[in-house]
Parts: sequence; C-alpha cells; structure tokens
Amino acid sequence: MNLKSFLTNRWAVAAGFAVAAVLLLVVAPALLSSFRLGLLGKYLCYAMVAVGIGLAWGRGGMLVLGQGVFFGLGAYIMAMHLKLADAPPSTGVPDFMALISSDGVPVWWEPFRSGVVTLIAIVVVPTAVAVLLGLATFRRRVRGAYFAILSQALAAAFAILLIGNPRSTGGSTGLNNFKGFFGFSLRDPANRMTLYVIAVVALLAMVAVARQLMVSRYGELLVACRDAEERVRFLGYDPAAIKTFAYAVAAVMAGVAGALFVPIVGIVSPNDVGIVPSIGLLIGVAIGGRTTLLGPVLGAIAVAWAETSLSERFPSGWTYAQGLLFMLVVAFLPGGLASLRPIVRGWRERLRPSHTADSAPVPSLSGSSR
Amino acid sequence: MNISLARRLVAVATVSAMGLLVGCGARVSDDPSTGAAGAGCVDTSGSSVKIGFLNSRSGTMAISENTVYNSLKLAADQINAAGGVAGKQLAIVAEDGASEPTTFAEKAEKLIRGDCVAAVFGGWTSSSRKAMLPVFESNNALLFYPVQYEGLESSKNIFYTGATTNQQIVPALDYLKEKGAKSLFLVGSDYVFPQTANKIIKAYAKANGIEVKGEEYAPLGHTDFSTIVSKVKAADADAVFNTLNGDSNVAFFKEYKNAGLTADAMPVLSVSIAEEEVGGIGVGNIVGQPVAWNYYQTIDSAQNKKFVADFKAAYGPTKVTSDPMEAAYTSLYLWKGMVEKAKSFAVADIQKAAGGVTFDAPEGKVTVNGENHHIAKTALIGKIGQDGLIHTDWTSGKPIEPDPYLKSYPWATGLSG
Repeated sequence: MNLKSFLTNRWAVAAGFAVAAVLLLVVAPALLSSFRLGLLGKYLCYAMVAVGIGLAWGRGGMLVLGQGVFFGLGAYIMAMHLKLADAPPSTGVPDFMALISSDGVPVWWEPFRSGVVTLIAIVVVPTAVAVLLGLATFRRRVRGAYFAILSQALAAAFAILLIGNPRSTGGSTGLNNFKGFFGFSLRDPANRMTLYVIAVVALLAMVAVARQLMVSRYGELLVACRDAEERVRFLGYDPAAIKTFAYAVAAVMAGVAGALFVPIVGIVSPNDVGIVPSIGLLIGVAIGGRTTLLGPVLGAIAVAWAETSLSERFPSGWTYAQGLLFMLVVAFLPGGLASLRPIVRGWRERLRPSHTADSAPVPSLSGSSR
Repeated sequence: MNISLARRLVAVATVSAMGLLVGCGARVSDDPSTGAAGAGCVDTSGSSVKIGFLNSRSGTMAISENTVYNSLKLAADQINAAGGVAGKQLAIVAEDGASEPTTFAEKAEKLIRGDCVAAVFGGWTSSSRKAMLPVFESNNALLFYPVQYEGLESSKNIFYTGATTNQQIVPALDYLKEKGAKSLFLVGSDYVFPQTANKIIKAYAKANGIEVKGEEYAPLGHTDFSTIVSKVKAADADAVFNTLNGDSNVAFFKEYKNAGLTADAMPVLSVSIAEEEVGGIGVGNIVGQPVAWNYYQTIDSAQNKKFVADFKAAYGPTKVTSDPMEAAYTSLYLWKGMVEKAKSFAVADIQKAAGGVTFDAPEGKVTVNGENHHIAKTALIGKIGQDGLIHTDWTSGKPIEPDPYLKSYPWATGLSG
C-alpha cells in the first residue's frame, strides 16, 4: 500500500488514530513514571513542531531552519502570561524583574495579563510573522538555500534579542518557576497529567490537520510547488500564496507546541529557541522521513528520546551522536528511515530482473524546488 | 467524509481532557507545599546511598564545571575510602547539564525522581541555579551549589557553599575604598549575576560617596572590547569593577593592556577570575590585578596543602585548585556533617540539623547558617602573581556571617525588592 492510498483509506486512518490515542493516553501513563511521562510530554511538543516541518519542508520543499522562532514566540507569550499571573498582586511585577531592575513591567507585557489575549496571541503572532516573512520572500521567489539561511538567521537574531534584554525576557536564564497554569497548580500531579493529555490531543489534532491538507487538492498543489514551481505558476496558480499558507500552518503548530512546552517543562530559555534546537528539530524530521505523515512525528520523538537516554549514559556524548546520525541519514538515507521500505523493495526487484523498478522518487535534501 | 472519524476521536479526547482539568486538579490558591510530588523515594536501606552530581560536561561552561566535577569526585572517593557517610558508601549518579538551563532543570528532576538521590551537588551559572530552584523546591529535595553568586536568594532546598555578596563583592568594595578609590567603572557580562551585582555596587557607591563613571555590558562570549576599553580609558576612573564571565575576560584584558592601562594606574578588580582562568587569559596580561574570592591555592594551611596535593595526585601535577572547586569539595563534607548530625538522610531532618555544622575546609573553618543556608566564610582579596597563582593581599580576618539580602547594611535597603 503506498502513502496515498494509506492516507485516504478511512479505516486505516481511523485505526491509526485509535492506536496512537490508546498508546499515548492509556499505555504510556500506565507504564511510565510521572517523571518519564513529563519527558514524553516534552517530546510530544517537539513532535508538534515536526508535523509542521514535515508539511513545510517535506511537502512544500521549504527548508525551514528557524522553526525555533515560532516555537519561542508561543513559549514566551505563554511564559509571560504565567509569570504575570504568578506575580504578587500588591506589585504585579514578576520575581525575576524585581530582582534586577525597579522599572516595573514593560508596556508590551501588559496585554498578556489577560488569558484570552494570551491564547489568541499564541496563534495570531506566529501566523502574522510567518505570513509577513513568507510573502516577502516567496513573492520575490527566494527559495532553496537562500530561504534556509534567512530562516536560520531569524532564529539566531531572535535568541540574541532574548539574551540581550534580560530585564524584560529573563535573558539567558529565560523564564521559569511557574506556579500555576490558568489558575491550576502546576505542582499537582493531576494537573500535570491533564497537561500531558492536552499535549496528546493537540498532537493528534495537528496530525489530523496535516493529513487532511496532504490528501486535499491544496496538498497536491503544495507538492507541485515543491517539484516544479514554474509549471504551477504557468498553470495560473500563485506559488507564493500556496507556500506561505503551509509555512503559516507550520508556524502555528510550532507556536502551540511552544505554549504547551512551557507549563510541561517548567522553563523556557533562549537555548530552547535558537539555531541549535531549530536544527535539532529538523534532524528528527529528516531521520523519520520528511515527506511522510508520521515520519516527522516518530523521528522527532525518537531523536529527543535518544538525546535524553544517551546523555544520561554518556555525559557530553550526545552532540557527537547527533552529528553522526544526521550525516548518515543525509549520505545514505536522504528520505529518512521511512524511505527504507522502497529501498528494500528496490533491492528485491533488482534481484528479479523481469520487473522494472518503480522506487519512489526521493526529493533532494537541499529542499530546493528544482 | 473519512476525516469525520478522526475528528470525532479528537473531540472525545478533548472533552475528556477538559473533564480531567476541571475535575480533580488543585487550584493555585490551595496550599502548594502539599503537592504529592514532595514525597521522597530515597533508598537508605542498603550499604550505599545515591547522590547526584550535576555539572555541565559539554557546552561553553564545560571547561569550568569539569573542574568542579573532578573536585566533587575527589571528595566522594575520600569519603568512601574513610568509611562513607553514616556508614554508607556513596554511589554517584553523574548527569550533564550541557550549559543549558532547561537541561539543568530536566536532569535535576531526573536525579530526584528517577534516581532518588539523597542530595544533588552542582550548578555553576546563576541561570542554571535559577532553573533548578523550582525543581528542588517542588520536589522538596536538596541542592548544594558551590559558586559565588549575586545574593538576594535563599531557598530552604539549596545550600550555598560559595560566597554571597557580603562575603565577596562588599569586601571587595571595602578594599577599593580603603585603597582610596573615589570613582568606579563597571564592566560586566549581560546576564543576571553582573546586573544584580552592579545594582548592589551602585547602592554601595552612592552611600559611600564613590562616583560610578560608567556601566558597560557585553553579551556572554563577546570578544571585541575595543569600544568598551576606550570608554573605560576616557572615563579615567580610579578602578574598574569587572563582572565579566568566561572567554570575554581574555579579550578584555588583552585590549586593556594594549590600551596602555595597568594595574597600578587603574586596577581591575575581578570576581570571576580564579587560578583556572589566569592561564587562559595569559599571566602577562593580568599580572598584578586584584581579584576577590574566599580561597586561593596559595593558602598556607595543613588542610589546604593536603587538598592541593590530593587533587594533583588524582588529576595531574599541572592542575590548579580554585575557589569554586574548593567550595564544591567542602559542600560534600558539609552534607556528610549534616547527615551524621541528623542521623538521617531525610531532607527535613537535614534542614533541621544543618545550622552550626562546621568543616575544617581548605579555606579555613566554615560554619553553616541554619537560617539562610549559606556558610560563614572569610573574604580574601588577592593579587595575581608572576607564577600565575593568586596571593592574598587583604583579608577580612575572620569568617563573615552570610547575609544574602544585605539586611545588616543600611545602604542596601530596598535592593531585595
């Protein structure tokens, strides 16, 4: 069964979702300690970003090296709200601000005192940034490596901005020490469990959205833009709009992931949003197989899990393992682990010369649309 | 349409999640200290007990924190060889903080809840400590933090075995005032320690009639100091107070020397440069400059001679010992003293027994303050010698009681916000 028929088969899809829901909502909480479950919740946040990367990079050919920006926007917006909610009512100034300055809360923090504004901003701000950036670059037909460099520079600039303004962003420490989440205590295991469930639901919803986009006519257009952008343009479509939409969807997914990351992990710092984590997310997607629906999700979770367990066993060893893994995938498996199946099939067919090989085309890693 | 099934599943899951949220979660207004996470899982039934070491073994801080790890390891080996703590051998679980606050928080939680260690030793940057603090408080566990820091903090779950401001920065200001400094220029890295320290320095200066001629910050890792040094030169203050951290010091002192500024004309007093860093900066660039700490390798005492000899024997004759390393070494012995006084590994018992626990440390005798969990330490201002070591130039004479919120200093009222 190829990807397309798997994606459109209603029973296969329903069964897939049911299995995932049972695994994540029943099996995982039963088997894992509350600490490991919290870690799994964190991986699920990375997986959400990965779903978006799969859409933008795998299907749309945009090598998004700076998803940390959108992740960070969502995370910091949520963190600002939580810090303001925790602030002592007498002053209204969060603890870390009172420590290094006596200027009070910056004006641009004030809107986030409202929970409603915060929730809206988590979706709207990443969307707005992605649409602006997407239209500005795709209309000018900036793509391939140039787009990748641009998005990566944005991640670097964002992290430097955060570090450079410690009075309002917590600087290199970031924001942490959250007591509550919309009025619920974060120390209560029942509330932490709820957050985990919310993360599972959000991830499944995002996978459902990504699947729907993939099988729709829009999905066909997106792949067409990736493979032959000029032809799409000659047919009368606007590739810039098509790509911007996918980029914005990926941005929202990253933003929501960041917003959930904050209460689950309990801290967000510039180290979680800069170039290194942005590339780390991409590695998971590349390993899992960026053009598939579940490859990015499984890849991101597997890489995050490997990072935790490897760094527990060999302190300082993870960095090398991550680099090695990425090189191996780029060199030998450009389609990720998900492309193993067609490769194996290709071998089998080579052994039987009567058949003509029909291995799936593997898109080039540069993400260029050419 | 085939998506409806998936949608229905999502809807059901959402509703159940909301039900859970509204159903049984505690509100913030409920007493947070009753969180069930506070129940410890430390196993003390066997012949050994687990402790955690959490240091950055990778990333920018690795060069410094590896030395702290080595020193903790030395203390643990010595304690084990001498029969352990309360008769139990120490089993070390080491984790890598990777120089990232988020990793420190995650690994701290892993050590407490996954490995069930009796206490955790480590952390260096204030960012790492601030990231770990809520983890130790919400799990009611113990952290021993071995580095001097900016003060204005006191958690019942943290023991601070490095200096707080009134044991390092305030004596350093007293020293400069004694030497006749009427004006200061502040140079620091752009993060919480230098900013908080400078806030304190400015309050001190205001009360003591010292003029602050300028305040400049450079991002961590910044290496181009031509602008800052020319500002320092133009301001012509009597002394520079340096709270730069890491690699930036190398560039700063090279530029300072190139600009023709000397330790005699305009001394630069540093609070983050110890024996370990002098080699990296180059002795020639920094010789004669004053630094403020509570321990130097050159301290002439039997305890220190043994510590230095043991360290060199374990890690090589060219290794130097520094204040954070000594504070880490001391922290493990202090924990041993607390456990043996409390006759228990339980957090509550240790917190109760901690006050008054002493140790004949390489820096001299130190005593734990049971109120704020800092330790009484003697302040030492040293000058960097041609040999690359630091030689004591001024001493507070006796241990200074820790006062993290500077409550006993009238000029500091209002600082703790």
